[in-house]
Amino acid sequence: MTSEFSSVIILTAYKRSYIRMSGDLLNMENVILKAENICKSFSTVEVLHSVSFTIRYGEILGIIGENGAGKSTMMKILSGIYLQSSGDIIFEGQKIDLKKPADAKKIGISIIPQEFNLIKDLTVCDNIFLGSELRKNRLLDKELMKKKTREMLKELEVDISPDEKIENLSGAEKQMVEISKALAFKSKILIMDEPTSVLTINEIKILFRLMKKLQKEGLTIIYISHKLKEVREICDRVMILRDGNFVTEKKIDEITLEQMAESMVGRELSQIFPGKTRPSDEIVFEIKGLTIPGIIENVSFGLRKGEILGLGGLVGAGRTEVSEAIMGLRPVSGGEVMVKNRLISIKKPADAIKAEIGYLSEDRQGYGIITSFSVIHNITLVSLPSYSSNTVNWIDQKAELEAGKKYQKLFNLKAPSLETHLEFLSGGNQQKVSMAKTLDTKPDVLILDEPTRGIDVSAKQEIYHFINSLVGEGISCIFISSEMEELIGMCNRVVVMQDGRVTGILEDKDINEEEIMFYATGIREGGN
Amino acid sequence: MTILNRSALLKKIDWQKYASFIALLVLILISSFLSPYFLKFQNLVNILRQVSYTGIIALGMTFVIIGGGIDLSVGSMTAFIGAVVVLLMNSLGTVMRNEFIVIIIGIATGITVGALLGAFNGFMITKGKIAPFIVTLGSMAIFRSLTLYIGNAGEIRSSNIIYGEFGMGSFMLIPVPVWVMLILAAILNLVLNNTRYGRYICAVGSNQNVAMFSAINVSFVRFFSYTLNGILIAVSSILLASRFNAVSTSNMGMGFELDAIAAVIVGGTVMTGGRGTVWGTVCGAVILGVINNMLNMVGVSPYLQGTVKGIVIIGAVYIQRQKQ
Repeated sequence: MTSEFSSVIILTAYKRSYIRMSGDLLNMENVILKAENICKSFSTVEVLHSVSFTIRYGEILGIIGENGAGKSTMMKILSGIYLQSSGDIIFEGQKIDLKKPADAKKIGISIIPQEFNLIKDLTVCDNIFLGSELRKNRLLDKELMKKKTREMLKELEVDISPDEKIENLSGAEKQMVEISKALAFKSKILIMDEPTSVLTINEIKILFRLMKKLQKEGLTIIYISHKLKEVREICDRVMILRDGNFVTEKKIDEITLEQMAESMVGRELSQIFPGKTRPSDEIVFEIKGLTIPGIIENVSFGLRKGEILGLGGLVGAGRTEVSEAIMGLRPVSGGEVMVKNRLISIKKPADAIKAEIGYLSEDRQGYGIITSFSVIHNITLVSLPSYSSNTVNWIDQKAELEAGKKYQKLFNLKAPSLETHLEFLSGGNQQKVSMAKTLDTKPDVLILDEPTRGIDVSAKQEIYHFINSLVGEGISCIFISSEMEELIGMCNRVVVMQDGRVTGILEDKDINEEEIMFYATGIREGGN
Repeated sequence: MTILNRSALLKKIDWQKYASFIALLVLILISSFLSPYFLKFQNLVNILRQVSYTGIIALGMTFVIIGGGIDLSVGSMTAFIGAVVVLLMNSLGTVMRNEFIVIIIGIATGITVGALLGAFNGFMITKGKIAPFIVTLGSMAIFRSLTLYIGNAGEIRSSNIIYGEFGMGSFMLIPVPVWVMLILAAILNLVLNNTRYGRYICAVGSNQNVAMFSAINVSFVRFFSYTLNGILIAVSSILLASRFNAVSTSNMGMGFELDAIAAVIVGGTVMTGGRGTVWGTVCGAVILGVINNMLNMVGVSPYLQGTVKGIVIIGAVYIQRQKQ
């Protein structure tokens, strides 16, 4: 019984045991973990090629790289999910074998996966102690667990009740619970895999403050991210992986953002964003007073031919809901949709597609593509009626193949074959297929919801150029993005939303980070 | 590296596609060694005839399961349709002299009733938003009880003379129901692989949300799979009633749901939906038939045959899981 109690020495543990170590970060004697020549193969394909690196006590090490660079594989090895094919892991001077996740947990390596690993029907307290419940006389000691949870959350300076159900928490709060869960068991190294991808700007600030605090208390953190600015802000050192190889490792103030990006893609990034084209004055698409009770309110804007109209705002501002309402995926209580000055009624997605509106969902795997379908079958999923317009709905598979080839060339799609199922493609290539699917209905108006989410820099760049060439051909585009640079680099105008309402419409020179933030947070309102 | 990767992928896909066919060949090989009678033409024809009735139902079940559903009511529905058809033909026979026309009316009615009952299941599942397992569990009880009611829980004999003949008949030495199963399989295979509906049912079974966002009428696609299933059940029921020229209200179709679902799973259709093949299901049905036949030949108690069937089903799903 006592051992169970003592296994839950919470944050205070760091203070006691590591405070002495957090002095000189660069002293090589302070190495907590060393990975030597780690290789990993899946069947015959090697995905990690002899990667070596060290982590020191109390530092925050950033690991960056494109999708498929091997970051996640490396972390799965460190957390015992995969076993390396060769190479050694030396933890606190001892060679260790991590055969299963419990082995890593036991020595103090915890991972917060990209997807939250919480049970939404259970309380905060239940989740934190899941699998390591405290017991008294063989029964759960609920009071003690609650007390510990409260102390832990207080240490983290987050205001969540231990009795709150997970489903009632925001993204950031869930993240905090994940951190508490990871820290509840004497973690020495905390691995965070893309922790900010679902967080708002404010929440990211809270997270970073917490990370700094934990670092001061002696925790070592490995921070995996796509977002270079964040890495620059929070990390002491950064390691770059490319195609399963170690590229370089630098102190954070010895490397610029551009150098990081270039090391990641392995070549110089010319200009990331293509030059903007000028739209015509003709309004091709307009929404007026679109309202979904309690979600969006009186949203109006117009879209010109050949324009890229950004939709900015914080997570939860209602941007996705606006596009879903336009597509007939959500019932609206009021509002009009006009296409080329004609009022149209959209009750289901098929109506929107008939009105030549195309939609790319932000949730690629959940709503965009079918991973067990081939490239071709995904591309023609929405446009299938045009390949089977005969009495028995017989599909013209030759025409489908032609379309597949066309898009493969257009998007520079990297797939073993057009028959390959999408589950075997990288995120960037999946996104290209998803875009091809949206485009194959030949829309005039294209709604792209976070089209570059979770894909690597070079695929992003390709998609930017592609969107640009589309508007050059006269397609008009509504571009939803949570990445400021994208909105600034791509859009002719930006509609900013907050809490389901349009707070401002920015044009040309007014499109910059500060202005967008002012409207997104509601500090300023009514600009046009 | 990419070339290696590619050949590995191709191997995986091809293996999955033909796994049930290969399993069938291996089973036939083993059986031919175990019993000298196995490969006799008459024995093989018997196996095919035995599996054809549930095989036809399994074809419809394939579409239902690919669409992410299940239908437990197939056995009861078989009995109900059979009872309706025979009762109708008997009463028509008293007023009409031409037995041939009576049969045509009987068959048409049977198929209509099948479509309606399937549509009922489909309607409750898509519009009522009730889990397929629950809806068809309920309708399984309903259809059986209605059958017992209209047939007074006994046997309904057909008074039509030629009706009993066509179900017993053969064409080019192959029994009629086997022909029906093969022809239907060929047609449904084309429907699944070459038509819009086939593509849509896979999409719906794979990821309903993506299908909805892709402007596919998810409810109709699922609804239709149950209706199609009902039609196929009617075909099977008509052939089965004709074979005995009678319907036993308490026994007809007993355990058909098990046989049909087993054939679909053994045939390689993924239980969670989205993927499957029609010919795989035919192979699956024949595999189960061959196993039964072998157990009989080597003298295993018929009471134990259910155990073997159960193990085969669980084993097949277990193998599917391991692949994922």
